[in-house]
Amino acid sequence: MNMVVCCKQVIDPEAPPASFSIDSAANKVIPPAGIPPVVNPFDEQAVEAALRVKDAIGGKITVISLGVNLTRDVIKKPLSMGADELILLEDEAFEGGDSWSTAYALAMAIKKVGEYDIIFCGRQASDWDAGQVGLGIAEILGIPSVTVAKKAEVINGKARVERVVADGYEIVEVTLPALITITNELGEARYPTLRGIMAAAKKQPIIWKPADIEVESSQIGAAGRRAKLVKLFQPVREGKCEIIEGDDVADTAAKLAMKLRGLKVI
Amino acid sequence: MAEYKGVMVLGEVIDGKLAAIATEILGCGRRLADELKEELSCILMGGEVAKVADEVIAFGADKVYIAEDSLLKDYRTDSYIVVTEKIVQEATPRILLLGQTAVGRDLAPKLAFRLGTSLATDCLELEVDTEAKLLSATRSVYGGNARAIFTSESLPQMATARQKAMSPLERDDSRKGETISVKVEIDPAEIRTNVIEKVKEEAVGIKLEDASIIVSGGRGIGGPEGFKQLEELAKILKGAVGASRPPCDNGWTPTTAQVGLTGKIVAPDLYIAVAISGASQHLAGCSGSKNIVAINRDAEANIFKEACLGVVTDWKQIIPPFTEKVRELMAG
Ligand SMILES: Cc1cc2nc3c(=O)[nH]c(=O)nc-3n(C[C@H](O)[C@H](O)[C@H](O)COP(=O)(O)OP(=O)(O)OC[C@H]3O[C@@H](n4cnc5c(N)ncnc54)[C@H](O)[C@@H]3O)c2cc1C
Ligand SMILES: Nc1ncnc2c1ncn2[C@@H]1O[C@H](COP(=O)(O)O)[C@@H](O)[C@H]1O
Repeated sequence: MNMVVCCKQVIDPEAPPASFSIDSAANKVIPPAGIPPVVNPFDEQAVEAALRVKDAIGGKITVISLGVNLTRDVIKKPLSMGADELILLEDEAFEGGDSWSTAYALAMAIKKVGEYDIIFCGRQASDWDAGQVGLGIAEILGIPSVTVAKKAEVINGKARVERVVADGYEIVEVTLPALITITNELGEARYPTLRGIMAAAKKQPIIWKPADIEVESSQIGAAGRRAKLVKLFQPVREGKCEIIEGDDVADTAAKLAMKLRGLKVI
Repeated sequence: MAEYKGVMVLGEVIDGKLAAIATEILGCGRRLADELKEELSCILMGGEVAKVADEVIAFGADKVYIAEDSLLKDYRTDSYIVVTEKIVQEATPRILLLGQTAVGRDLAPKLAFRLGTSLATDCLELEVDTEAKLLSATRSVYGGNARAIFTSESLPQMATARQKAMSPLERDDSRKGETISVKVEIDPAEIRTNVIEKVKEEAVGIKLEDASIIVSGGRGIGGPEGFKQLEELAKILKGAVGASRPPCDNGWTPTTAQVGLTGKIVAPDLYIAVAISGASQHLAGCSGSKNIVAINRDAEANIFKEACLGVVTDWKQIIPPFTEKVRELMAG
């Protein structure tokens, strides 16, 4: 099985809300001081999904990441988990893109990788929360896709995928090659082993520039955007919370209940 | 080239009924269409959907495209996309709206790429500039920590709306509209996915999305036993049990109970958040609630910023006497 996993480096989505701030002149998020970036958590789980397939039937896992200032320690994590190769599309020209230009560059890189049976992506990147790039890659490559998967296995040359829906899940069979997006219900991604970390330290990522993947410069990064970001801002919260206190817990409980009765919600 | 005009929505039908999200985007679509002084149309797709066409008109549509075929009974990307693509290519709407649901999440991005246009997913607000006829889409980004407003000049201008973010119109059965039946031409060989089985995992009782009271537990609940206590409280309140992500990930409660950015979007009259810290990704799913009550032993927890009432204590201390008091009140 030849597998490709697309991994994006993002600011840590679980950093405390108070550490979040925006440079409103530039319409950009200011990376929180002292909190290192992470591999988008869903993408880590996409790596885990690929590793489970590899554990079951063998195969090769190539990780691709597009971005600038990719922190080596962070972006090499998939390698230390057990992925075989890391390709970075690291160039200013790729920067400032939207779903379109990102999907296009990643799809062209995957074409250059050549052989692939399954491409795994995260269900969404935890910065822009768009959930589009995976489907864009599938559309550009002309392959089928299954989104929001909590399990993916290969059986008789097809992928058998559990796709999460509102009231449970569907078991979907898809022909290969296919693109599958992974959700957190897959379960936790494995921790890198010491051996994995040492092997990853020795491996050098392969760096591809726009010319290497034969993309038109008008189609990538900021130049290839179709969506215009007009404004980025933090929502204001009114935040007026009345803290209920009583003589003892029974009293507090009674006060809370009466308060809710007063609001006519119970 | 055809002129792009009008607003079109995709109306989801679930178990033969028009989904709530369909009425919500019809309401939003109607407003946008009125501002543009253009028409609102709706696509209905499925095995048997014609019977809800009148309802779609009553909720605001001027025109309903009906695509019925046994191949459309289950949602499958490849079949739904060919039908939608064909209707959109022929009708050339200026604006195309879908719901951010299991279907919309899967179909909208792929369709946008196929049509060569851009898409704003999971929108909280949609406005139109009537001069430039440009849709401005407000999305929640960075897990709910920020909002972003996007526009795009590529046509049709596409967006998916977050559930419960838009208001439906009052149903008006005197409204008139036109129905058009669409000839469905799907080559079964081109459908590359196959739904083998559908597994329902929902807890019994009131559906989370429909409940007017939700008792929701977080990581601080500590295990499945704690959720039994929350269930008891919810039952007395005739409500439902929700959860933040960790209890679902840990299997203390079904994953269908997850509230948040990647779980259910709820907007009950009362949301009781027990031992939940109030991460932005969780609040994304419940901040539309009319009243939020926070029970948390950490007075600094972020949830108190969103709540109107709070108790700073160990939940194990307060939930039993609170449950008893509520039982008394509900009986009386
Ligand atoms: C991309 C992405 C998407 C996500 N989507 C979602 C989502 O849809 N829904 C979601 O919920 N999360 C989501 N998360 C996770 C989210 O960031 C938080 O990690 C999660 O919401 C935290 O859950 P929690 O509040 O239960 O746990 P914690 O943050 O660990 O908080 C536990 C709280 O319980 C309190 N507590 C502990 N013991 C007690 C006690 N005995 N009595 C009273 N209080 C007590 C603590 O003071 C603390 O405030 C997402 C994360 C990412 C990165
Ligand atoms: N810059 C990137 N580099 C690698 N993969 C990406 C990048 N952007 C998006 N992806 C992949 O596409 C998924 C969805 O991203 P998005 O559409 O931005 O929410 C992510 O979970 C990744 O798997």
